[in-house]
Amino acid sequence: MKQNILPAIRLTLVCIIVFMVIYPALIWALAKAAPAKGEGETVIVNGKVVGYKLEGQSFTADQYFNGRPSAAGYNAAGSSGSNKGPSNADYLKEVQTRIDSFLAHNPTVQKEDIPSDLVTASGSGLDPDISLKAALVQVDRIAKARSISKEAIMALIQHHVEKSVFNGIEKINVLKTNIELDKLK
Amino acid sequence: MNTEIIGIIIMFLATVALAIPLGSYIGKVYNGNSTWADPIFNPLDKIFFKFTGINPSNEMNWKQHLAALLTINLLWFLFSMFILMNMGWLPLNPDGNPSMGADLAFNTTISFVSNTNLQHYSGESGVSYLGQMVLMLFQFISAAAGMAVCAVVFMAMKEKTTEKLGNFYNFFIKSCTRVLLPLSIVVATILLFNGTPMTFKGKQQFVSLQGDTVNVSRGPAAAMVAIKQLGTNGGGFFGTNSAHPLENPNYFTNMVENVSIILIPIAMVFALGFILKRKRFAWMVFGVMTIGFLLLLIPTIHNEASGNHAISKIGITQPLGSMEGKEVRLGSAASSFWAITTTCTSNGSVNAMHDSLTPLSGMFAMLGMMVNSFYGGVGVGFLNFYIFIIIAVFISGLMVGRTPEFLGKKIEAKEMKIAAIIALLHPLLILSATALSSWLYAHHPTAYAGWLNNPGNHGFSEMLYEYTSSSANNGSGFEGLGDNTPFWNISCGIVMLLSRFLPIIGPLAIAGILAKKKFVPPSAGTLQTDTGTFGIMVFAVILIIAALSFFPALALGPIAEYFGMR
Repeated sequence: MKQNILPAIRLTLVCIIVFMVIYPALIWALAKAAPAKGEGETVIVNGKVVGYKLEGQSFTADQYFNGRPSAAGYNAAGSSGSNKGPSNADYLKEVQTRIDSFLAHNPTVQKEDIPSDLVTASGSGLDPDISLKAALVQVDRIAKARSISKEAIMALIQHHVEKSVFNGIEKINVLKTNIELDKLK
Repeated sequence: MNTEIIGIIIMFLATVALAIPLGSYIGKVYNGNSTWADPIFNPLDKIFFKFTGINPSNEMNWKQHLAALLTINLLWFLFSMFILMNMGWLPLNPDGNPSMGADLAFNTTISFVSNTNLQHYSGESGVSYLGQMVLMLFQFISAAAGMAVCAVVFMAMKEKTTEKLGNFYNFFIKSCTRVLLPLSIVVATILLFNGTPMTFKGKQQFVSLQGDTVNVSRGPAAAMVAIKQLGTNGGGFFGTNSAHPLENPNYFTNMVENVSIILIPIAMVFALGFILKRKRFAWMVFGVMTIGFLLLLIPTIHNEASGNHAISKIGITQPLGSMEGKEVRLGSAASSFWAITTTCTSNGSVNAMHDSLTPLSGMFAMLGMMVNSFYGGVGVGFLNFYIFIIIAVFISGLMVGRTPEFLGKKIEAKEMKIAAIIALLHPLLILSATALSSWLYAHHPTAYAGWLNNPGNHGFSEMLYEYTSSSANNGSGFEGLGDNTPFWNISCGIVMLLSRFLPIIGPLAIAGILAKKKFVPPSAGTLQTDTGTFGIMVFAVILIIAALSFFPALALGPIAEYFGMR
């Protein structure tokens, strides 16, 4: 052990310099060339930061596309999932409550048309997306709340739907679409 | 659904395609052969050797390797304890996060030094940026320590009689500089350009579209996320790990990160084939591991894609599968693939909340950690598999009446005793610790009411998962468990400590003892260890020892939950 202490101390010091100082400094320097200089890409409307491009935010009002339920309440400084087990009775009650509330706000929608991503909490509590289906079931409500035509909203969704080539999931970014929604007259 | 499978197949094939050349590269590095990267890395290594005064050609026997490993780990423990308990007042703390208490610092230190990365804190509020950087340092050096020990075992398996098994520091430094560092720079750069932050500025505040005031945590995440995946560490920068949109912005980064999880564990198997010049043997090992991996993966994808039965009963359609705890941009199939890769390799990062997996998927994730050698962690994964090989050689030798020999070395009582103890240590630690916590909970349900986030069988699974993850040095969790209490911090810390070092000491001792023995050239009576038959034998040993010893516990947890939901 004795002959190992000195090399161990010196090796640890060199590792600290290389992996705790030089490596992060190098990545930090590379970040200057990345979007938003690695400080997190923001979304700006009328000169004001209204959100982070990658992170979801809370939308509960009828005139906006609502995002997924969040166990963190969309707290971007404290991400969290619900960690509810699939058989947990309280959890299933909570899902039922979300369904009832959704049906109350969207009287034209049938229960079996609600996709599960709208009534289950995301992993991070900051999911920025909803599935295409989850967007479509909200069209009637938004049209009524904003007194604009359904066709205009449908066109907006069609414009914003993203389909990944690798997994085929069709989704929309809630914040981006809602900003465009505000621009519709 | 079918398209979701394509992403998974691409990820797996890409990993194998990258792992084969990486494996021969790692083999060359450990052998000391020249590689194309020498002009870049020779000067860097020279700096290491010059400032540390280490002579890389000073060869050590297995006991000296062990002494070097344990000494440096003890030093790391002290350093980490100091930083974590004092980071509140130390620099690089723009968000004003507090220092850790002794029990949490103990748990976190053991967790990162042992390559586990079990996190009983949340990244946004529980550590300063300095703390994160220290943890990131351990993500490099704990991974490199595991790889170095694995390299020693590879050297010991060569066809000769020797006590000299290379220099520990040499293997350690080269694992850091020639494997982990360059790959981390590549992965971190990919993450940067997809939106993962790398800044030392603190939280940013804004007013959302709907008028809420929001604070956004950020920080030097990209550098850490890269090495957390490559070094099978798994400790995330943010609380929800790679489910967090800043840590894993899109499906492409998800692919890159997931490939990084299994890349080096698979490459180590091919490195073995290169070093021993036994490609067939490496393919046998890879084959057994892959079959085990697929047996866990396929039913998990099926279960997650079919959704949660209880939610179907309510009358909700689940076109994307079970979505509780999952992200829309990733989907349930990619989350299943991640769940099995991360538990099989002792990585432990997550891109979905495992607590919310459907019962059988949760069980397969646990089984991956219970076996802990279907690929396994960088370096240590093969060490676990090595134990199973030794046992399989011995049993099959007895079955056919041949002297048990492995790569020209006789396996005798001493080696078998060590192998049996190490093989049984893992179930012993997991089951006795789970039994203790269950006993405490059952007898003091009010005092420990905060432990479990879910009732019944699933609550039991939360405790079983926590100790399985600790003992497998995995680090993922059924995170509903209220685990930041002195009991959990200390008990998990002890389990992680024992299960890190004993399974390193055991294989190292066996390999060291075998290396000293006389080499017996192969004859007609030699048991062939690179055949499919022997592969089946190893698989059977793994099934009996690892899987069956856990069956009663699994029956009480996920299996009972599954049948309760029918």
